[in-house]
Amino acid sequence: MLAGVRDGVPIALGYLVVSFTLGIIAREAGLNDFEGAIASFFNLASAGEYAGFMTIKADAPYLEIVLITLVANARYMLMTCVLSQKFSDKTPFVHRIFVGFGATDEIFGITVRRKGALNPYYNYGAMLIAVPAWTIGTAIGIDMGNILPNHAVSALGVALYGMFLAVIIPPIKEEKILGILILISFVASFIAANLPLVSEVSAGTRTIVLTLIIAGGAAYFKPVAEDKK
Amino acid sequence: MTHNIYIYIFLMAAVTILIRLLPLTLIRREIKQPFLRSFLHYVPYVTLAVMTVPGIFYATLTPISGVIAFIVASCFAFFTDSIFYVAAAACVAVYVTELFLF
Repeated sequence: MLAGVRDGVPIALGYLVVSFTLGIIAREAGLNDFEGAIASFFNLASAGEYAGFMTIKADAPYLEIVLITLVANARYMLMTCVLSQKFSDKTPFVHRIFVGFGATDEIFGITVRRKGALNPYYNYGAMLIAVPAWTIGTAIGIDMGNILPNHAVSALGVALYGMFLAVIIPPIKEEKILGILILISFVASFIAANLPLVSEVSAGTRTIVLTLIIAGGAAYFKPVAEDKK
Repeated sequence: MTHNIYIYIFLMAAVTILIRLLPLTLIRREIKQPFLRSFLHYVPYVTLAVMTVPGIFYATLTPISGVIAFIVASCFAFFTDSIFYVAAAACVAVYVTELFLF
């Protein structure tokens, strides 16, 4: 458990900054500090919450927030599939629920780096420090986002996108196809956002449609080899 | 605002928690179907890329600093996988650029 807390410290620091900027977005979407904090506590997902807050801001139909959350967070399904393979048969079932609840990109990252069967208490240690940082950071962002000078908000506003890039860019060194895929996604998304007619569609819907087309096409033409995880 | 914020939050949380818990509690075997496996593998990269561009260009006071942040963060992400450093580099890039512009 102590090892989890130790490895959770840098994660918690990063979460404070990123969730702060997420709070600024939540504030623009009309959430107060309490609403932002519970949204963050129960979601623990940067991309999913960002997409969700944008959907709330657009006052879009409920179905859209369900779909966009599904797409933005679909990767967690992959991660928890991986985690399910690492659980020992002797570990009580209830741990699957709590470990799953706290399976963020970063906690997943430090969990799979450890050898042997998954020790749930390691995850709880990391969650103990990372989850409050994420939750409180969001609330502070909502309350303080407007006190900060324009330039600071402008600078902090890209932290979230930096976090996205830090998740998607490093793996392209091992898998060239991902680099091509990401490049196609950048270009297609930029065009879709500026094309007449298409740009009328909400950003959430564009994300869903582009993801289905591009990831579906890639899966069809370039299926992942059997031996690769 | 015609929609209730708490219903939005509830739907977000319910979907996110289900996504995380279903595989861990139901699927005890590995997914074998190649298309589904590949699709799940590619989805996160495409979604995050689509959300980054053009969003990052319009997140700052001027698109110029947004574009520079995008380039700086991409380069940093290529050489380090520390989320904290990449996010910090993007913020510093914007701050410095706007210091010169305004």
